[in-house]
Amino acid sequence: MTDSERHMPSMMSGLTAVARRDLLLAWKRPGDVLNPLFFFAMVCTLFPLAVGPSAEQLTFSGPGVLWVAALLAMLISLNSLFISDFDDGSLEQLLVSPQPLPLVGLGKTISHWLTSGLPLVLVSPIVAITYRMQSDVVLVLMLTLTLGTISLSLLGSIGAALTVGLHRGTALLSLLILPLSMPVLIIGANTVSLAAGNETYSAGIWALAAYAVGTLSLAPYATAAALRISNE
Amino acid sequence: MTAQLSAENLTLFRGDRCLFRGVSFALNAGELLILEGSNGSGKTSLMRAIVGMLDLEKGVVSWNGMPVGEQRQVFHGALVWTAHRVGLKADLTLVENLRFEAALRPQGSDSLETVLERLEISRLKPLPLRSLSAGQQRRVALARMLLADVPLWLLDEPFTNLDREGRALVMRLVKEHLDKGGLCVMAAHQDVEIDAPVKKVILQ
Repeated sequence: MTDSERHMPSMMSGLTAVARRDLLLAWKRPGDVLNPLFFFAMVCTLFPLAVGPSAEQLTFSGPGVLWVAALLAMLISLNSLFISDFDDGSLEQLLVSPQPLPLVGLGKTISHWLTSGLPLVLVSPIVAITYRMQSDVVLVLMLTLTLGTISLSLLGSIGAALTVGLHRGTALLSLLILPLSMPVLIIGANTVSLAAGNETYSAGIWALAAYAVGTLSLAPYATAAALRISNE
Repeated sequence: MTAQLSAENLTLFRGDRCLFRGVSFALNAGELLILEGSNGSGKTSLMRAIVGMLDLEKGVVSWNGMPVGEQRQVFHGALVWTAHRVGLKADLTLVENLRFEAALRPQGSDSLETVLERLEISRLKPLPLRSLSAGQQRRVALARMLLADVPLWLLDEPFTNLDREGRALVMRLVKEHLDKGGLCVMAAHQDVEIDAPVKKVILQ
């Protein structure tokens, strides 16, 4: 039984297998996916009822409210990223598998984004109607939310990995993630505001894209290191 | 090349408390290592230290003569660890769980059908793991081990929740694995009777 005779699964098979398994689990337990989405929709639709229906006020505050709601919805969904795997022991099985841990973590993060970030992006045009957003502004909103939620998922995976061993790490997770996610919130909301005011907004899109690429290349390693620490 | 797992002078502290000190062993192909000790003596911690999940205060674990820290991926590709918790998803069926596991490590030639038949769990195939009894879930964890093509088995209290027949089955599987030139590390309270070379580490 030498190593060369045995057929090793490829490096990427861990990533795809984990992502596929998590999507299957999300399909079987839709509640986990729908909760943050309901939260997002509720905050965004309740806000206009509270501040009044004046068009001026709504177009002014719309981008900010949508972005804050999206950020908080992502934070809510991040809690469960590693918890169930930690509780049933499948996380420790992943840690002793021959698959590279950064890729395994990335697989989990990809499925997290597909089940939390992407639904927010898809629902946002419907919610944006409440704020009387023009259709071209809605497109900018969707683009910034796409890039922003990718960064938030990746940043969140670091925090979720660090706090997975603590009971009730929710508050700590938010504290860890919020400073890092501030740039995403500020740039995202301002870009949409600029687009609504018919000003040039492309700089914000590039900045969000750069932030997403940056987190994509660094966060998986930080997540892997955090998972090893949490499982000691 | 025959496989070898060795450990030299392993010492582990949890906080201020010393769990074990100076544990050494050398395990060759076809041998069984039994970790003995009362509850809380550090059997599980020793096993977690061997697979590299706990940082040792002192000592080195080596696989084929090389420290495992330097070849983590090779070492992890050569072992299956059946831990105290089964580590399978309760919402997925037995087949979905095992298919996921198959993507992680090298797989042997036995088909899923044959292995499930052997462990007498093939009729449970369509059920989610949640609805299986603890002993049946343990058998699924054994299936993960049988499907993988790895030389080193690590079994943490493999008899937990198993009936008498299940316990005999575990011993038969371990014996077969050792006969094929595999290695096995087992943590157990009970006396283990097996017709194979056995080494022991006794933890205080």
